[in-house]
Amino acid sequence: MKQAIQTYFRYFTIHFKSCMQYKISFLLTFLGQFLVCFSVFLGVYFMFLRFSAVKGFTYSDCLLCYAIILMGFSLAECFFRGFDLFQQIIANGEFDRILVRPRSLIFQVLGSKIEFTRLGRVLQAVIMLVYALMTCRISWTPYRVFVLIFMLIGGIVVYSSLFLLRASICFFTLDGLEVFNILTDGSKEFGRYPASIYGKRVLTICTCLIPFALFQYYPLLYLLGYRKEAGYGLLPLLACLFFLPCYLFWKIGVRYYKSTGS
Amino acid sequence: MKYLSFFRIRFVNGLQYRIAALSGAATQFVWGLLLILLYHAFYEADPASFPMRLSSLVSYLWLQQSFFALYQVWSWENELFELIQTGNVAYELCRPYRLYDAWLVRIIATRMSNAALRCVPILLLAPLLPEGYRLSPPENGLQMACFLLSLWLALLVVAAFQMLIHSLTFYLLNPQGLKIISQSVASFLCGEVIPLPFFPESAQKLLSWLPFASMGNAPFRIYGGDIAGAALAETLFLQIFWIAALMLIGRFLMHMGLKKTLIQGG
Repeated sequence: MKQAIQTYFRYFTIHFKSCMQYKISFLLTFLGQFLVCFSVFLGVYFMFLRFSAVKGFTYSDCLLCYAIILMGFSLAECFFRGFDLFQQIIANGEFDRILVRPRSLIFQVLGSKIEFTRLGRVLQAVIMLVYALMTCRISWTPYRVFVLIFMLIGGIVVYSSLFLLRASICFFTLDGLEVFNILTDGSKEFGRYPASIYGKRVLTICTCLIPFALFQYYPLLYLLGYRKEAGYGLLPLLACLFFLPCYLFWKIGVRYYKSTGS
Repeated sequence: MKYLSFFRIRFVNGLQYRIAALSGAATQFVWGLLLILLYHAFYEADPASFPMRLSSLVSYLWLQQSFFALYQVWSWENELFELIQTGNVAYELCRPYRLYDAWLVRIIATRMSNAALRCVPILLLAPLLPEGYRLSPPENGLQMACFLLSLWLALLVVAAFQMLIHSLTFYLLNPQGLKIISQSVASFLCGEVIPLPFFPESAQKLLSWLPFASMGNAPFRIYGGDIAGAALAETLFLQIFWIAALMLIGRFLMHMGLKKTLIQGG
């Protein structure tokens, strides 16, 4: 375990040094990531200049909602980028090299890419989270603080699992599936509003199939005091179980894997 | 004639990736549905604050998703940037065509071939959906004709805007910053995040004069009747004005840039 952490730290410093070789390029991409998220934020702001509330949710409710999902997404994307670009690892034969090394596969893919430019989004998420927490009328209790932390952890785990699932599909298709973007980029875009405003059917999908609502929507209801059931605050931990089927699928994928031969 | 064959090569090249296109169309379709559900919720919250008719907005969203590949500012011809950066643009200059025209045709052809495959499934499916979610036909023939005209003009505006950025690359060499900033600003101000009518009233007039309103905004709003009458004539005129202006500036900048370009051997 200690060795694994040391190795990961080495990967981390190597990636950091390599992206610091092109400082201007790093800063500009960082700025670009920030600008894209900022324009989405402005979109929400403009909508609420016109409408005071939507399905009972106010402006600051939606900001908190967006901050949670953006934080989970961008942190997962930052560190799980290797899985996001997995079709390249399959296509250029890199995965064959990974297979012969005496370390865990997931660990090696994890270390293959760390995208520091995505921290532009994390920065945006942090600013929004702080701003939303300051304007939201949440009656804070120690439990509610834990619920917020659970929500952030749940978000990171669910998105990381999704990236793992997306990578596992590459074993069968050899190429990334654009449709999968609906689950990753789509949930980030549409997650700026609480899932219930898209209707019951979308909420059911986001609860039972891909547990976005478990770490975002339901605990948010509890946090903001719309629902009294304290159990809602523990749902993000349930959402973390989503990792298991994704991991199983990854295992099946690895067993199925045939080299592309390049 | 030579530009026509140039166009054909690029167009046919883009048509090769059919499965990718189908997958893209499916993504865009679900995306469109979710957007419509979102705006329905806002409409229910306060119909009086809604700045355009719901049916016009639904048509707007479907068209936006169908012609996504045609207008999104953030897909670039990266090979062209590489040509400038590596100096391989020297080979291009030896060839018997005008660089600006050839590259402009190339941008238009790539966009059209990407859009041709992606728009068909959405345009076929969207009119079949239930009331309130469907793409409804325009009210009259004139609207349809103006929409089709505006569709082409908007494509030319986007292509001319991108050519302006390509021309500026001759001066900057590293286009990354310019690309990122111009694409973020353009896609926000052409209504990709929220349609322009949802922007604050005070900004509306100014926004409609900018070149971005002449991109993926004008044709979609003409189709649903959101832009009609005198505003329609003004919009079409502005589109033509921006095509002319962007092309003139882009051409001039490229001409001056090429004059001082120094290709080092290699």
